[in-house]
Amino acid sequence: MNREPKKSTLAIQFVIAVCIALYILFPFFLVVINSFKYNTAISEDPIGFKGASFEQFISNLDGVVNNDHFKFWNAFGTSAIITVISLVLLAMFGGMAAWVICRNNKKAWANVIYFIFIASMIIPFQVVMLPLISTFRDVGKFINISMLQSIPGIIFAYCGFGGAMTVFILNGFIKGIPFELEEAAYIDGCLPEQVFFRIIFPMLKPVIMTVTILNGMWIWNDFLLPSLMLGLNGEVKTLPVAVQAFVGSYVKDWSMILTAALLAIIPMIVVFLIGQKQIVQGMVDGAIK
Amino acid sequence: MNILSPVRRITSYVCLLAGIVMFVASLYMDITGVKNDARGTLLVVGVLLIIAGLYFFPTLKHHRTIINILFLFPLLFTFAVTVIIPLLLGIYYSFTDWNGIKMTKMVGFENYAKMFNQPAFIWSILLTFLFVVFNMILVNLVGFLLALLCTTKIKGLGFFRASYFLPNLIGGIVLGYIWQFIFANVVTEIFNQPWSWLANSNTAFMAIIIVYIWQYAGYIMLIYITGLTTVPRDVLEASAIDGANAIQTLFKIKIPMIASTITICTFLTLTSAFKQFDVNLALTGGKGSIPDFMGKYLSNGTEMIALNIYTTAINDRSYSLGQAKAVLFFIILATVSIIQVRISNKKEVEM
Repeated sequence: MNREPKKSTLAIQFVIAVCIALYILFPFFLVVINSFKYNTAISEDPIGFKGASFEQFISNLDGVVNNDHFKFWNAFGTSAIITVISLVLLAMFGGMAAWVICRNNKKAWANVIYFIFIASMIIPFQVVMLPLISTFRDVGKFINISMLQSIPGIIFAYCGFGGAMTVFILNGFIKGIPFELEEAAYIDGCLPEQVFFRIIFPMLKPVIMTVTILNGMWIWNDFLLPSLMLGLNGEVKTLPVAVQAFVGSYVKDWSMILTAALLAIIPMIVVFLIGQKQIVQGMVDGAIK
Repeated sequence: MNILSPVRRITSYVCLLAGIVMFVASLYMDITGVKNDARGTLLVVGVLLIIAGLYFFPTLKHHRTIINILFLFPLLFTFAVTVIIPLLLGIYYSFTDWNGIKMTKMVGFENYAKMFNQPAFIWSILLTFLFVVFNMILVNLVGFLLALLCTTKIKGLGFFRASYFLPNLIGGIVLGYIWQFIFANVVTEIFNQPWSWLANSNTAFMAIIIVYIWQYAGYIMLIYITGLTTVPRDVLEASAIDGANAIQTLFKIKIPMIASTITICTFLTLTSAFKQFDVNLALTGGKGSIPDFMGKYLSNGTEMIALNIYTTAINDRSYSLGQAKAVLFFIILATVSIIQVRISNKKEVEM
């Protein structure tokens, strides 16, 4: 627009923006400040700096990190392994499946598979969760490898649940890649798998970024699936499950709970600060497509 | 490498043979009940060998088909085991007396009849609908206003956008506990109230809505920002020249031009509000007393349908009943989504 907004309007807008930011960030401030306090100090003054000390923070941290129900490093490691492996597998398997579906889109079977994937996105997790657990228990018994209290089992489940969305987004992208590119490679004597891994897959980089961010946010924060599969008192726990188990074991000891919450949100915030632009872009792209 | 080379041929046959032998052997062990700890490994290795054998299979004509199958297999297999089979089993189990491990008989529509005789469940459904309606309006409104604010020319836009989006990064469980603390300790302190919002069903329900908006509005804002930035500059300039004020520009140009964005956001808020579980569990646990609903006292005043399904199955151990509720939940969600998509499609055509 060629007319500049008035200074006073800008000032008002700025003040409003600051106020909203303060409101939105206030809970984060509370988490940080109160993890520096002892429990009685929190109940006396939950907002201010009174009673906050670095020594208390260290002692809170010590109490949380080594707690039997929380075991921060174990939970963090489990969550990281599950998230990373699931994301890599989803990107690869999703790319492979989407490519095959896309390049056979004149054939009925490919359309049927695609339709089932799309339709399945409407299925809420609640309707499959109970039979899922029993199916996994039976399969685990059958193959004699535990599928329930194990990391591979959860990764398997995430590949199944994330598959539909991944194929959907990747398919939309692959459609736009000109087929001539592949044809040239076939004429040069490439096999289909070579065409995929050498030509198509590298081209998928930006859209794989999008699905990785979407799936990553979901898998890292997911509570219901791991809590059902791993159980709250199991050996293996993801971070959200560990938080839930920890809170369940401490009745309203807020200094401990908030320190645990702080530990649980730090990894996500660090990742966000590093890849802010990509994350925002990925979240928006995923919604629009 | 030549696809018909002898090396590939031999590798293929060896892999296929070994794979099939291992596969059959492990199945045999399983069916006959021979206790052997290696049978799972044997099965997995067998399947992998069969896949390798298929991949190396010396055929020019069918190599493409084989690749198609192998490329689709991993995702379709996991998808079938985690989604399709449990879905079909789940629908089947909802007509039985399934207890989470085994079933003895079919009971017809008994589970469905039972759940409609539970005032607590009816309450959950009504509450969920109320929650969905509130959130669809409020989250969209707040998200849109934030987006308008974040497309002005104020300084520090990057910071504001990032901080508004920040709550969306954090999982519902952690969020729920943080806000439980805020409502129980901080809000009471600030407003000098003796009682917590979470102690009363009505205010606790409002608390859930507030937390949900806090978490979700930033995400919706991002999508609206993208929509608003696609409104062509020359259209805005033309309206400015014609003397349109800010409010006219907003209602006559911006909002009609981002109709498709509004559709996306309504759909997102609708489905996610329906499925709300984590915050509900961590913030109130569904507790809250309702003195009289359909002639009964309820203690699940803030329990929405997703949490109700969970507590029915996991806490009360009524698996088949919980499953029947889940099937109903699925039907409601599917119907609402389809209607919603239909309506928005029609609107867009009219535009």
